[in-house]
Amino acid sequence: MWAFIKKEFLHIFRDPRTMVILFGLPLAQVLLFGFAITNDINNAHIAILDHSKDVVTREITRKLLSSHYFLLNRYLKSDADIKPAFRKGEVKEVLVFERDFARKLQKEGVAKVQILLDATEPNTANILDAYTRGIINTYVLQRMKQSAAIPISIGVQNKMLYNPQLKSVYMFVPGVITVLLMLVSAMMTSISITREKELGTMEALLASPVKPGHIIIGKVVPYVVLSFINLISILLLSVFVFGMPIQGSIGLLLAESLLFLTMALALGILISTVSKTQQQAMLLSMFALMLPTILLSGFIFPVENMPVVLQYLSDIMPSRWFIIILKNIMLKGVGITYFWKETLIIFSMALLFIGLSIKKFSVRLEE
Amino acid sequence: MSQRETIIEVKDLVKKFGSFTANDRLTFDVYRGEIFGFLGANGAGKTTAMKILSGLSRPTSGKVMVAGIDVSHHPEKVKRKIGYMSQFFSLYNDMTVKENFRFYGGIYGLSAKKIRERTQFYLDKLDMKSYENMLLKNIPLGWKQKLAFSLANIHNPDIIFLDEPTGGVDPITRRQFWELIYEAADQGTTVFVTTHYMDEAEYCERVSIMSEGQIKALGKPKALKEQFGAATMNDVFLKIARNVE
Repeated sequence: MWAFIKKEFLHIFRDPRTMVILFGLPLAQVLLFGFAITNDINNAHIAILDHSKDVVTREITRKLLSSHYFLLNRYLKSDADIKPAFRKGEVKEVLVFERDFARKLQKEGVAKVQILLDATEPNTANILDAYTRGIINTYVLQRMKQSAAIPISIGVQNKMLYNPQLKSVYMFVPGVITVLLMLVSAMMTSISITREKELGTMEALLASPVKPGHIIIGKVVPYVVLSFINLISILLLSVFVFGMPIQGSIGLLLAESLLFLTMALALGILISTVSKTQQQAMLLSMFALMLPTILLSGFIFPVENMPVVLQYLSDIMPSRWFIIILKNIMLKGVGITYFWKETLIIFSMALLFIGLSIKKFSVRLEE
Repeated sequence: MSQRETIIEVKDLVKKFGSFTANDRLTFDVYRGEIFGFLGANGAGKTTAMKILSGLSRPTSGKVMVAGIDVSHHPEKVKRKIGYMSQFFSLYNDMTVKENFRFYGGIYGLSAKKIRERTQFYLDKLDMKSYENMLLKNIPLGWKQKLAFSLANIHNPDIIFLDEPTGGVDPITRRQFWELIYEAADQGTTVFVTTHYMDEAEYCERVSIMSEGQIKALGKPKALKEQFGAATMNDVFLKIARNVE
């Protein structure tokens, strides 16, 4: 048994590709998601076409630019300049103030400003739109208060719970942890088992007095250990580099991760029993595990927004429930009483996969 | 010859996969220290029978005793008494010669001391002392083969099963490999070997030839040649194969 585990570590450490997948990928993913792939918008380039150039339009422009969201690319001279500016991709947004803006606002109480957005990236466009409206509305409200022309007003106060700065890292880290645990555990184990089948060494192992169960355990243990090291390095990175909090119990976090890991490993063994070659195992894990984990688990796209059919599909993704658990522990800091259901779901899935793979494995022996 | 101890006893062995009969009432004995050639065309049922003998697969019916143990009831006990070398050699290319010895010694439950002893023994014997820390992928095929044979022998098994052990190597290397086989047999290890090379069949003490799941011929190579009126084992084999068609 010990000989087995040692041998498996040798395989891992001697194969540069495996090492890259095991250790390079997790770090690259966290850093990528943390720094590059972010929904937060800073310094979006905008252009302004000001037909009025009066006190009010200047004030609004000043307010827009003093938020860190916008960066003035340039002032446009005429309507004809708008299209070329978007085409060249220089600006994401153009703001057009109508003629006599301040005068109209004063006399008629209505002045028009037009917001043009580059919607090739719909999310960005939406967010920019909301920011711009917000800033203009705030300005209008302040002005009204000064002139005391407003009879009543409702003060809306909002507070973002659990992630006050709306950092997207908070959303990505649990997702990345999930994807990586899944990738390393399921894919690597299924590949390493099918590799032995391909090489013919599996036959020799089965012909030896080592019990099949022990062969599997010997294969799995190194990946559990390495996944745990991975998990801890991701957590350290996200806490110390990105300031991600871990509000809840770290022990509970690790325990839940171990459960999820077990589930993923069982899934990996199951994949290895149905695939004959390493490529097959790799493809199966990619398409059956990775893509759904990324797309359907609520990691990137909210489950509530999916079509009903996909929502059902998402229900059977173990990763979906694990992400909920991670967020609960890390961001909300709540205990097991708040997510025992999700835990139970993963636990039953783990049992199911272990049962299935044991059955599959022994059937293969019979042949 | 008749007093020789029987080490493998097979009686009416049947193995079915659904409606397909892979092994049809096989009956034969193998004696201790014998080199027994197990021949047959591809798909004749050799591999299936060999898997049953080595405890990898269960017979549908019939009696199979290996080293005095009933395979269908105690496959795990049988596995301790046998060595197995497949046509893929079952070696780990990303491990050194020494590490392969250590691993296989480990899974057969040998002590660290015993493993060291056996490793030294085989490295000396194969004259591979200077290669002990070399990765296996850098070692020529012929040597890998000898290593694989030594590894299958590391726990001093009663019987060693060789599944087409000489695939893909040149005649000289094959000849050297057979020297190892003879040596093992001289020391009392029974060698059960499948092969496609009919010249190798001549080296065996007795051979059986399988076709369509049945044993069509069994005996000493010389006796078989007389029986079928053939000059070589190759002709014997072809005659049996033609009769089937």
